[in-house]
Amino acid sequence: MAGQEQIKRDRRDDGPDDLPEPTPVAPTAQTQDIDDLLDEIDGVLETNAEEFVRGFVQKGGQ
Amino acid sequence: MTVRRIMGIETEYGISVPGRPQANPMVLSGDVVTTYAAARGIRPARASWDYADEAPLRDARGFEMNRAVAHPSQLTDEWGDPALDDPTMANVVLTNGARLYVDHAHPEYSSPEVTNPRDAIRWDRAGELVMREAVQRLGTVPPGVNLYKNNTDGKGQSYGTHENYLMSRRTPFLDIVKHLTPFFVVRQVMCGAGRVGIGVDSRTNGFQLAQRSDFFECEVGLETTLKRPIINTRDEPHAVADLYRRLHVIIGDANHSDVANLLKMGTTSLVLAMIEDGFLDQDLSIEQPVAALRAVSHDPSLTHLLTLRDGRRLTALDLLDHFHERAAAYLDQRWGRDVDEDTREVMHWWTLVLERLRRDPMEARREVEWVAKLALLEGYRERDSLGWGDPRLKAVDIQWSDVRADRGLAHRLSDSGRLERLVSHQDAESAMTQPPADTRAWFRGTVLERFPEQVVAASWDSLIVEVPGQRNLQRIPMMDPHRGTEEQLGGVVERSASMADLMAELATP
Repeated sequence: MAGQEQIKRDRRDDGPDDLPEPTPVAPTAQTQDIDDLLDEIDGVLETNAEEFVRGFVQKGGQ
Repeated sequence: MTVRRIMGIETEYGISVPGRPQANPMVLSGDVVTTYAAARGIRPARASWDYADEAPLRDARGFEMNRAVAHPSQLTDEWGDPALDDPTMANVVLTNGARLYVDHAHPEYSSPEVTNPRDAIRWDRAGELVMREAVQRLGTVPPGVNLYKNNTDGKGQSYGTHENYLMSRRTPFLDIVKHLTPFFVVRQVMCGAGRVGIGVDSRTNGFQLAQRSDFFECEVGLETTLKRPIINTRDEPHAVADLYRRLHVIIGDANHSDVANLLKMGTTSLVLAMIEDGFLDQDLSIEQPVAALRAVSHDPSLTHLLTLRDGRRLTALDLLDHFHERAAAYLDQRWGRDVDEDTREVMHWWTLVLERLRRDPMEARREVEWVAKLALLEGYRERDSLGWGDPRLKAVDIQWSDVRADRGLAHRLSDSGRLERLVSHQDAESAMTQPPADTRAWFRGTVLERFPEQVVAASWDSLIVEVPGQRNLQRIPMMDPHRGTEEQLGGVVERSASMADLMAELATP
């Protein structure tokens, strides 16, 4: 559990008063990141989207 | 109180077989439960859940022995092998204190009781890993089974992710309804998982903040499967009923974003604390909350104006700011700088997320799940010029919640650092077998781990055990969720070489 304690401390050192400033992301870098992500996900996305979506049928639950 | 209280999350998973939409989901769900249980050496049984009425208890540790309910032979017929019997009744208790079973037509993981939001997400993530392992094992026989941690099929059906919060019985239920209803109408702005499609059957193309919002029809009620209410009145405390109420919340989404999940549990717990302490003086009741719930969900711009009963017109963010401000004042007044770490963490993320959403919702894509999903979908829309009705976008929405690490899109975003992660994979993994130390779940899980052959049945508030050499089964009531912790009983369990030893130890005052 030492690992978790460490994570807790790291996270919690900055209290509500001193929030980290949001990292400004240059629009081009953001676009590049989305492009990379889409490329990555293209590789794992169900190939026949229409059939996959049609086949995802659930019974109601709570 | 602060964010800390007894809490837990129950999740029904979507289930399907690739290429076979007609497969029987009840049988499949049974396969999920029995496959995982068998692989982990857990004895699945129909009768492993104890539904018996509770007896009073109390010794110093909160336990009292009860002479038993039945001779083992009377129960053996209920102990049949589910593989030979009825798999749709599969129901097991895990050594982490959770319950894994078939609920209607879905496999459900009910987390063990924990004491804080961070542990709630840790044992919720453990549940995902349990489901992932079942998928891997079932996948050895094609076509296998896939599981999805989401809440709708987009075709008219929904299945739940429920939160549970232990509350003081003294708090009038009407106070809970009054303050929690407006909070639940707006909470989805921070905690929604995002959904492609508007309307229960997605008849209108578009994107909305929450999976569940279109499925709610009433303000208050007992139902959970139809006519779903914003405030659910199920009163089944699984604890001393005179002292406690278990608030059963059915309106939330299943979350993959740790921050959204932490805020879901943490901010709700804080609002409940303020209600219990009578700290919320303003009435923020919203006109027609059911319609308002949908309107907020259908507005990713976060500009929709809600009408309060007193005539004010405010956005969901305005209301969330109000709750946040009250919570900060409440904590400052009660605890000052001594507020606990769990509460500090929740307030940190609550402040940050509201600031980012206010500036530009897209800035919250690392923290807020619907924003992360929307950013991905907008990427596809722009690159491939897709309209909201395109099946590829619906496929992205479903696959977002696939439990597999390689196929689940939310997992890919987390693993590549695009979604903030608060609980490490290692901590979630160890929580698959290890119970939380500071609730009765510790005793439940640990006794099951130490004496698997002797635990005949379990429930949230009892264990039924078989003591070799004794004719009757023994029932151990556990009516107080705070008792049965490692601190209280670690020594006792460690000293006990057998179930008989353990029972003798527990009987000693």
